[in-house]
Amino acid sequence: MKLLVCVSKTPDTTAKISFNADNSEFNGAGVQYIMNPYDEWYALVRAMELKEATGGTVTLINVGPAENDTVIRKGLAIGADDAIRINCNPKSSLYVAKQIAEFAKDGGFDIVFCGKETIDYNGSEVGGMVAEYLGMPFISFASKLEMDGNGATITRDIDGGKETVGVATPFVVSAAKGLAEQRIPNMRGIMQARRKPIDVKEPVAFDDLSTVVSYDMPPAKAACKMLDPEDMDELVRLLHEEAKII
Amino acid sequence: MSVLVFAESQGGQFKKSAFEAVTYGYKTAQVLGTECIAICLGEAGNAADLGNYGASKVLSVADSALNTVDSQAYTSVIAQAAEKNGASVVVLMHSATGKGIVGGLSARLNAGSAPGVNQIPTNDGAFRVKKNVFSGKAIAEVELTSDVKVISVMGNSFQPEVVGSPATVETFAADVPAARITVKSVDKVQGSVPLPEAEIVVSAGRGMKGPENWGIIEELAELIGAATACSRPVADTDWRPHHEHVGQTGVAIRPNLYFAIGISGAIQHLAGVNSSKVIVVINKDPEAPFFKAADYGVCADLFDVVPRLIEAFKKRKANS
Ligand SMILES: Cc1cc2nc3c(=O)[nH]c(=O)nc-3n(C[C@H](O)[C@H](O)[C@H](O)COP(=O)(O)OP(=O)(O)OC[C@H]3O[C@@H](n4cnc5c(N)ncnc54)[C@H](O)[C@@H]3O)c2cc1C
Ligand SMILES: Nc1ncnc2c1ncn2[C@@H]1O[C@H](COP(=O)(O)O)[C@@H](O)[C@H]1O
Repeated sequence: MKLLVCVSKTPDTTAKISFNADNSEFNGAGVQYIMNPYDEWYALVRAMELKEATGGTVTLINVGPAENDTVIRKGLAIGADDAIRINCNPKSSLYVAKQIAEFAKDGGFDIVFCGKETIDYNGSEVGGMVAEYLGMPFISFASKLEMDGNGATITRDIDGGKETVGVATPFVVSAAKGLAEQRIPNMRGIMQARRKPIDVKEPVAFDDLSTVVSYDMPPAKAACKMLDPEDMDELVRLLHEEAKII
Repeated sequence: MSVLVFAESQGGQFKKSAFEAVTYGYKTAQVLGTECIAICLGEAGNAADLGNYGASKVLSVADSALNTVDSQAYTSVIAQAAEKNGASVVVLMHSATGKGIVGGLSARLNAGSAPGVNQIPTNDGAFRVKKNVFSGKAIAEVELTSDVKVISVMGNSFQPEVVGSPATVETFAADVPAARITVKSVDKVQGSVPLPEAEIVVSAGRGMKGPENWGIIEELAELIGAATACSRPVADTDWRPHHEHVGQTGVAIRPNLYFAIGISGAIQHLAGVNSSKVIVVINKDPEAPFFKAADYGVCADLFDVVPRLIEAFKKRKANS
């Protein structure tokens, strides 16, 4: 099977967030970046498992600048065979999806994996966009994926529960928690990753239809009101009368 | 021109989020000086009610193929309705269903998208709308420049507001594409309110010591009509089911009230809950980071505090 895994780079959740002077851009200086956990832990590892079970190849794709190569190398160290980077600084999800679809359309991939969402912007949209551009079915939030015959049986998260569906290849799937178990790259993987190719391609032209124009910090939270642990009637009263919730 | 709102239903019934979506669509339509139209897919009982929240008409596509959620079919039908009704904005909820559609729909309509917004757009020369980013550590303002725009709204950001009266329901004749996904089984979480939709959530962490102690958490939750949740290590060690795991790698929620009991408040946990309107933290460690994100804090042993809190709620119930 030919498998494509879309991998993105995000600031680590613990990173300190700041912006440039006029708040129009994220300030990446000194920020610790990681591979988006849904891409690394679930999408890529499940793709590796399928390859190990049935043979084939796992290709990574990232739409981003040269700095992203460190994240791509980590994916190669986990075991992907090769990688493509579309060399640009994307500003919108449609732009990213367009680049991925352009690369994938003649690639003969059986499954295109992406993550459920990026943990910085939480879009949950690139997978559906890629599927639409490729004319493939899209299965969102997969927590289990087994191949059978010429397709797959996938369990996915839906509102209020789970649903199990069948779909024929090729398709696009987004990976949620449970799809696989995180793998830590070993020394051999890291050494091999250095020699694996990252093919850099230029993007196709596409106009951004959405862009972030400014950032803001959320209003500071008022200090926490500490209550007497002996007096929970007071907490209930405050929730009722002050917070007006219960 | 119009604003088209997809009103989600389940088993023929609208969820509260459908009314939130229409409220959002109505307010957006006011900003743009146009009307708000709702669309419901599959079986939907009281479609006319959407008028109460500001829909001037309701399009109904009562094809039984739409009773199960198929992203491709939904995308196609909503796109057809958007085109026929000259929609300049399409509003979805940022629910599991909405997230499955938002990307495909914006690609289909060649529309700029803003997924997971929590404010009404502004339209002073440019169409802009805000959303939380970086685990709630910042707010981004997104500008959409396309003729058609797709927005998905975070649940519980807007309370449904009754502004009108029942609307006329029209049958919308859509081409429903043949399904490419076959549903084999559906496994709904039984009983309690689904976590992402709950208005009150009682959540507990490793401070509980073990799964056998969860009785007080369940009792408290049941008493106040809350859903239960937990931190990641609790789900990872199977003390609690995985669907209860909240945070960066679990479910993101924004209830009106969040109780964090025996949870330290690691940033990855906060990422999924810090948009809650009011946060109550019960923790015996005065240095627990969660207190910084809390509105009300109780610094003591949870095994003393929670039973007391249960008694206090019971007293309040008995007196009201
Ligand atoms: C990439 C990544 C992603 C992650 N994603 C998530 C996520 O999505 N969700 C998540 O929750 N975590 C996530 N984590 C883990 C997170 O960093 C924390 O380890 C986790 O949230 C801690 O869980 P906890 O608060 O239950 O346990 P602990 O950190 O062990 O805290 C237990 C708390 O209980 C208190 N306590 C103990 N006994 C009592 C008592 N008797 N009475 C009152 N208080 C008591 C303690 O003071 C302590 O504050 C992630 C971590 C990483 C690295
Ligand atoms: N720049 C990118 N390059 C490659 N894949 C991406 C990129 N951005 C997002 N993706 C993929 O799309 C998924 C969902 O992203 P999003 O829609 O931005 O939340 C991610 O988990 C990745 O798999």
